[in-house]
Amino acid sequence: MLSFAGRKVLCGKFSASVLGKAFERIPRATYPSTRNYSSSLKEMTVRDALNTALDEEMSADPKVFLMGEEVGEYQGAYKISKGLLDKYGPERVIDTPITEAGFTGIGVGAAYYGLRPIVEFMTFNFSMQAIDHIINSAAKSNYMSAGQISVPIVFRGPNGAAAGVGAQHSQCYAAWYASCPGLKVLSPYSSEDARGLLKAAIRDPDPVVFLENEILYGESFPVSAEVLDSSFSIPIGKAKIERGGKDVTITAFSKMVGYSLQAAEILAKDGISAEVINLRSIRPLDRATINASVRKTNRLVTVEEGFPQHGVGAEICASVVEESFEYLDAPVERIAGADVPMPYAPNLERLAVPQVEDIVRAAKRACYRLVPKSAAA
Amino acid sequence: MSSFSALKILPSHPIAGEYRRHSTPFHAAPASRLLRSSGANYLSSTSSVTAAGRPVRVLSANVVSNEKQIGSALAAITSKEALDLYEDMVLGRSFEDMCAQMYYRGKMFGFVHLYNGQEAVSTGFIRLLTARDTVVSTYRDHVHALSKGVPARAVMAELFGKATGCCRGQGGSMHMFSREHNLIGGFAFIGEGIPVATGAAFSSKYRREVLKENCDDVTIAFFGDGTCNNGQFFECLNMAALWKLPIVFVVENNLWAIGMSHFRATSDPEIWKKGPPFGIPGVHVDGMDVLKVREVAKDAVARARRGDGPTLVECETYRFRGHSLADPDELRNPDEKARYSSRDPIATLKKYVLEHNLVSESELKAIDKKIDELVEEAVEFADSSPAPPRSQLLENVFADPKGFGIGPDGKYRCEDPGFTQGTAQV
Repeated sequence: MLSFAGRKVLCGKFSASVLGKAFERIPRATYPSTRNYSSSLKEMTVRDALNTALDEEMSADPKVFLMGEEVGEYQGAYKISKGLLDKYGPERVIDTPITEAGFTGIGVGAAYYGLRPIVEFMTFNFSMQAIDHIINSAAKSNYMSAGQISVPIVFRGPNGAAAGVGAQHSQCYAAWYASCPGLKVLSPYSSEDARGLLKAAIRDPDPVVFLENEILYGESFPVSAEVLDSSFSIPIGKAKIERGGKDVTITAFSKMVGYSLQAAEILAKDGISAEVINLRSIRPLDRATINASVRKTNRLVTVEEGFPQHGVGAEICASVVEESFEYLDAPVERIAGADVPMPYAPNLERLAVPQVEDIVRAAKRACYRLVPKSAAA
Repeated sequence: MSSFSALKILPSHPIAGEYRRHSTPFHAAPASRLLRSSGANYLSSTSSVTAAGRPVRVLSANVVSNEKQIGSALAAITSKEALDLYEDMVLGRSFEDMCAQMYYRGKMFGFVHLYNGQEAVSTGFIRLLTARDTVVSTYRDHVHALSKGVPARAVMAELFGKATGCCRGQGGSMHMFSREHNLIGGFAFIGEGIPVATGAAFSSKYRREVLKENCDDVTIAFFGDGTCNNGQFFECLNMAALWKLPIVFVVENNLWAIGMSHFRATSDPEIWKKGPPFGIPGVHVDGMDVLKVREVAKDAVARARRGDGPTLVECETYRFRGHSLADPDELRNPDEKARYSSRDPIATLKKYVLEHNLVSESELKAIDKKIDELVEEAVEFADSSPAPPRSQLLENVFADPKGFGIGPDGKYRCEDPGFTQGTAQV
């Protein structure tokens, strides 16, 4: 029911988008059907959460401006910047030519001089054309200049696997950027995350890579009055325990949090109590929360859409092995995207990204309710 | 100067030898085409074809904006200005010569790119700027830093990797920064500094138009001929013109990108001509003559300050040393080197100021002595300065060190008392 509502909002907003077609292919199962909340809470889509966060921060600080492709007159390729051009004018909502290296570097240069640019990538895939400025010009400058040049900039846009758009448009950059000192890397799941983390990112004095997910944009989540307050923000570097549990820890970020919550619901029916950690911040990584949870459950499943090798899951495994090795009662299970460029065909594409049932199986293996992979091989 | 004009201010003796030297058919379009396609508003121009039938670059002297004769403008410099220019150029030269010595003695390390021969460009532009104006440089940045006013001892100490360096030893030869002097790098990749410079210029415009601050700061982006084949150069010409940003793009065309001759690397070697297609004036100037550079710089900087937008200036120059101190420099023809040595910008200025009785020989000698002492002092300072302490390793990664995350005790790692003592695990 809810998932249907979410989908309608998404399609309605996207009728004009060139990318709208892609969304018709999203399997309905991707929307979590399990959500418990009080009827007194308001609902808000992730898109509106991001939009209001941008709006409020631009309103609060005239040094904040938005630049990128189609952010102005088109109202954003994904309508995240809807209404901002009318409100703040073309001097602060800047439509750029299609020159990622150029306009990202311009944003970084403006940040050197104390402005607070928000650079939107139409999708994070395009940030690869600007990665030199994200890493070399933004992330390293405070260090190279011995603290003389701080770079308060946000790089944001949809990240991760989309649907039916092939290999070049479907990739998760969390591990890429999270491996680089000097950057902070955030990835929201819910509307609360989106509002709180984006506001924190804009106010932060350092460069922040803000990884959204286009499939979540149209999803609605309950939001409290606190979340709707313009002063709301979420501390960078703290994970959130989305669902408490005692038998197995599942770590995830972005869309995979929803999948993990669905998996936890299924596992509960089998008597397995799963704790789901929404990482929120990929760098800095909240190792303390992850390790505390693993010390309690003694089992760990990591979930991400990105590639497995040197991924976010790999880093979490390392952290747990280093800090909580003696607490582990089972091998760590790592769920990641397949180690292949994203295929186009819908059946192959589905195989290439983690599904709810993959998480369920992994959790059961960790709890010795299924034969472990190593024993089966 | 109309926004589509193009100017050429070149030495009286042709640099045509560069063209003659190469026998490949690629490097120069027929002179007639150059004239026709440049869209230039020439007041006077000449062209010729060499004996080998190889076309010569269009040469035109005595052309500046507003139909002003360059000669008359040059005579207008004061003794004080002449001394300032001379001192800055001698400082640049002596400093770099000292760097070579120190490099070979193992006092500095890695890639060290020296600026010898190109001093007229740095001095000609940067000495005109205010303290608030911004300079963005490349890996060949020591002399830009010196011209902008960063003390020689701070630059030398940075090169020595000492805590007293302008970036406390965290930047190094290719990454000079000084917030105080508005020198914001030091970009080691080709083309990388141009968008950042364009962003600095964007911030000036934003401050003026959105924040309503009184801001007419100008940014100068320095880069080389090799960069002009890089996409970021064109991306930024486009956006700087589109948004009328207060920036001057200064190409230090020293004819060589490491071992790649400019004429082998680019379809049309006249870089200044790449401005007008974007609506940006393109100016070609003799980069071995500081007074000519300064004249062009005055116009370009004033144009940016007025809010009339960017200018592209190609300075024809030459580096007297290899690409870096690790470059054996085997590809450049000795004749070519000799020809440019004979146009040493410091000797040229010296000759000019003495002939015009602007300063006396003894005044110049006094400057030479002063700079010698200054550079010696810089070396002594750098050599006797302490290396960065261990605690410095983790500092400055983030402006907000909470970026290091939360430790096992649930507190931010940066709050650990051992954090900057080098004992905390990160």
